[in-house]
Amino acid sequence: MTSNYDVAVVGAGIVGAACAERLVQRGLSVVIVDRASPAGGATAAGMGHLVVMDGSEAQLELTAMSRRLWAERVGQLPTEVEHERCGTLWVAADDEEMAEAEAKRQAYEDHGVPAEILDAAALAEAEPLLRDGLAGALRVPDDAVLYQPNATRWMLQNAVDGGATLHTHAPVRCVGDGRVERADGSTIHAEHVVVAAGAHSAAMLETRDFDEAIRPRKGHLAITDRAPGTCHHQLVELGYIKSAHGNDAESVAFNLQPRRTGQILVGSSRQYGVDHDRVEPEMIGRMLARALEFMPALADIAVLRTWSGFRPATDDGMPLIGALPDDTRTLLAAGHEGLGITTSLGTAALVEAMVMGEAPPMSVAPFAPSRVLEGMAHG
Amino acid sequence: MAERLRIRIDGVEHEVAAGTSVAAALWNAGARGFRRSVGGQLRAPLCGMGTCFECRVSIDGRGGLRSCQTTCREGMEVRTADAT
Amino acid sequence: MRREATEVLVVGGGPAGLAAAEAAATAGRRVCMLDDNPALGGQIWRRDTRNAEARGNQHVDRRRAALLEAGVDIRSGTAVVDAHGPDALWAYDGDALTQWRADRVILATGARERTLPFPGWTRPGVFGAGGLQALSKAGLEVEGKRVVVAGTGPLLLAVATSLQQRGAKVLGVFEQASHARFVRFGLGLWAQPAKLLQGMAFGARLPLRLGSWIARAEGDPALTHVVVCNARGRERTLECDLVACGFGLVPETRLARLLGCRVEDHVVVDELQRTDAPGVLAAGEPCGVGGEDKALCEGRIAGLVAADRADEARPLLAQRDRYRAFARRMARDFALREQLRELPEPDTLVCRCEDVPLRALNGFDRARAAKLGSRCGMGPCQGRVCQPAIRFLLGHGHDRPRPPLVPLPLGVMAELQSINQGSSS
Repeated sequence: MTSNYDVAVVGAGIVGAACAERLVQRGLSVVIVDRASPAGGATAAGMGHLVVMDGSEAQLELTAMSRRLWAERVGQLPTEVEHERCGTLWVAADDEEMAEAEAKRQAYEDHGVPAEILDAAALAEAEPLLRDGLAGALRVPDDAVLYQPNATRWMLQNAVDGGATLHTHAPVRCVGDGRVERADGSTIHAEHVVVAAGAHSAAMLETRDFDEAIRPRKGHLAITDRAPGTCHHQLVELGYIKSAHGNDAESVAFNLQPRRTGQILVGSSRQYGVDHDRVEPEMIGRMLARALEFMPALADIAVLRTWSGFRPATDDGMPLIGALPDDTRTLLAAGHEGLGITTSLGTAALVEAMVMGEAPPMSVAPFAPSRVLEGMAHG
Repeated sequence: MAERLRIRIDGVEHEVAAGTSVAAALWNAGARGFRRSVGGQLRAPLCGMGTCFECRVSIDGRGGLRSCQTTCREGMEVRTADAT
Repeated sequence: MRREATEVLVVGGGPAGLAAAEAAATAGRRVCMLDDNPALGGQIWRRDTRNAEARGNQHVDRRRAALLEAGVDIRSGTAVVDAHGPDALWAYDGDALTQWRADRVILATGARERTLPFPGWTRPGVFGAGGLQALSKAGLEVEGKRVVVAGTGPLLLAVATSLQQRGAKVLGVFEQASHARFVRFGLGLWAQPAKLLQGMAFGARLPLRLGSWIARAEGDPALTHVVVCNARGRERTLECDLVACGFGLVPETRLARLLGCRVEDHVVVDELQRTDAPGVLAAGEPCGVGGEDKALCEGRIAGLVAADRADEARPLLAQRDRYRAFARRMARDFALREQLRELPEPDTLVCRCEDVPLRALNGFDRARAAKLGSRCGMGPCQGRVCQPAIRFLLGHGHDRPRPPLVPLPLGVMAELQSINQGSSS
């Protein structure tokens, strides 16, 4: 059995959903296949933040563009997407981190991203339950949080309403040269195939060149009972930059999100080289202890649930967006690590331009999958 | 006759038999709204055995405790959603 | 975080756990029992605070004395919140976490009551059947109160009888099973003389209505009356003070799942009560709902096997298998009828923690997708109330349990950071 489409999207996580929605809006016939239920992988496991990050020039540009695209859609989001423009506070523990906050502010300003420095007193006023003695914070007022499983389902529904076909619980065996071979033996033919299957993407390609390019980076999260008013912004320690971008085998960082329900989502942890998805009590304990250091008042709030998931991480922290060097009909849109929720819309805009043969809204060179091969040649 | 002890429910003193659970004491005292649900409904115990969390009240200033799993103690202060 | 070790760790202090602990300790093993409830006895022998002579109290007092005599370390009010294996379990006593290590673990975690949503079931005054019984044992006064008992299974008659003995006016016992099935079950009791006597005692004075159930409960907000109906759709309104409504029991298997045991609708065990997880045994309701006799027998077998006395357990297997056959018959004869799937209306709340109505589950074909999309099961009870109902209503499977098994203060859970540091006791 075969079927023909303009585009086949493999993966119904938030990146695949955003790509499918956008391509349908351009009048293309689109099919989406996922091995399980929509938004069931890294999308559901993560925190739902829409943040600008400045790990690199390209990352800053992609996240800023993506956040702008989200802001344009706020009016359309259904209530169950739980979008809240709560802003981010990058919390500085000492003078050294305050200097980092200032450097970050400058970088954001250079890209037209509003951000302001809060001194210790202003921080205490903004978040009274943070511990005493913090140096201050960088406030990024336009950052937001949302409930990403429902954001994903909303975009998929838009795609389906626009004529797309969605196959769930439909594992894919192999992708290449305009073909998607499903585990049930059927084949989908398409002009372009967009592989947006996160850390599972490389295994379904015909080439083995990308097998090491996207590594699963385990993370843990905890969510509390309702405790409205505990925090008002997304709170992240500036030390996060060191831990998140370092390649240490294990790290934890203070990261809170206030959810619309009044619950607090508590993160975060990062681990390489762990392939089982069991919740590790020690990592949970370290992560919660770190949160308590910053906000002692969390101690009495009940944790309802903890879980773990895998971020699709690349060595240079940049997603792989673009055609395979030897198969221009196959596009990767994967490897977004912890920024897939934010950058899903930006990624979709780039993928759209590539599929339509149009000029992309920003330079795509930093995201080119071919850089992985160059790395191999040089390394 | 079982030993009696006194607890306060939403500020009002009640006498209960020793061994009585807080949930039972509240119901006997006429409480019909132990907690308020996320949608605003008043709720009272369902399972009676610690599973459902419908019977949560505040006891001696600590919120969210399951009254069916807690035994009354002399002088205990209990607050329910009825009071708010 | 405290650390403790024992040879045999028994989780649950109901009949199965009590029998297991006694057998293992008498065989010379060092045994510790962790029990979530404030007092031993589980649900069926839950302490009756109003009647010191109650049968369950006597059982528990006798068995508790035997455990203490055999040196069993009993920890009441202690919930296991996570576990990776016999060498790593974490328990919370309301104050602090303890990491436990044992050679063998026996899961005697009991069962939960299955409640099904119907319009008005969230009103104060609508209780589970076992729920109202437990509360009345804990002092909730039912004397002179008008009670409607409904749902399914032998528990209904036991509950109705005990409420009646406490002076409640039982207006009716509405059993969804048909007359034919109920009679079939009754005839099957011939194989179980002790049960037969109980059955006859039950039958005597209770207004039993077969093939009937509660269609809705009304009141503003607390219960004032219910509408009951039968298979032919005939409805009747009953003014009442209390409803006790339960649709059978479901095995409590979440801890078994965290330990990696194979679980279908119940924990899968071999003939010696061993699960497929090394060092983990299970006994009683988690292995299939079958009541007190089966629980005691399985508990004794598990305790002996955990103490490496399988030889002594073998003579018990034939009796255990007869109890299991009885349990299977009970499950068959009290199977829920299809019509009950139509009880909830689209606006009827299914998840009471998050106030999720049935209609919010439209379009989801899997438990996890439904939970992610609707918040159903995301509240403090962790789906323990709604998931068994949804499995029946929508045919969803089991969602994987997430630690902690009961909500834990964040400051307590942070103690887990020191798992690999230091030690004590």
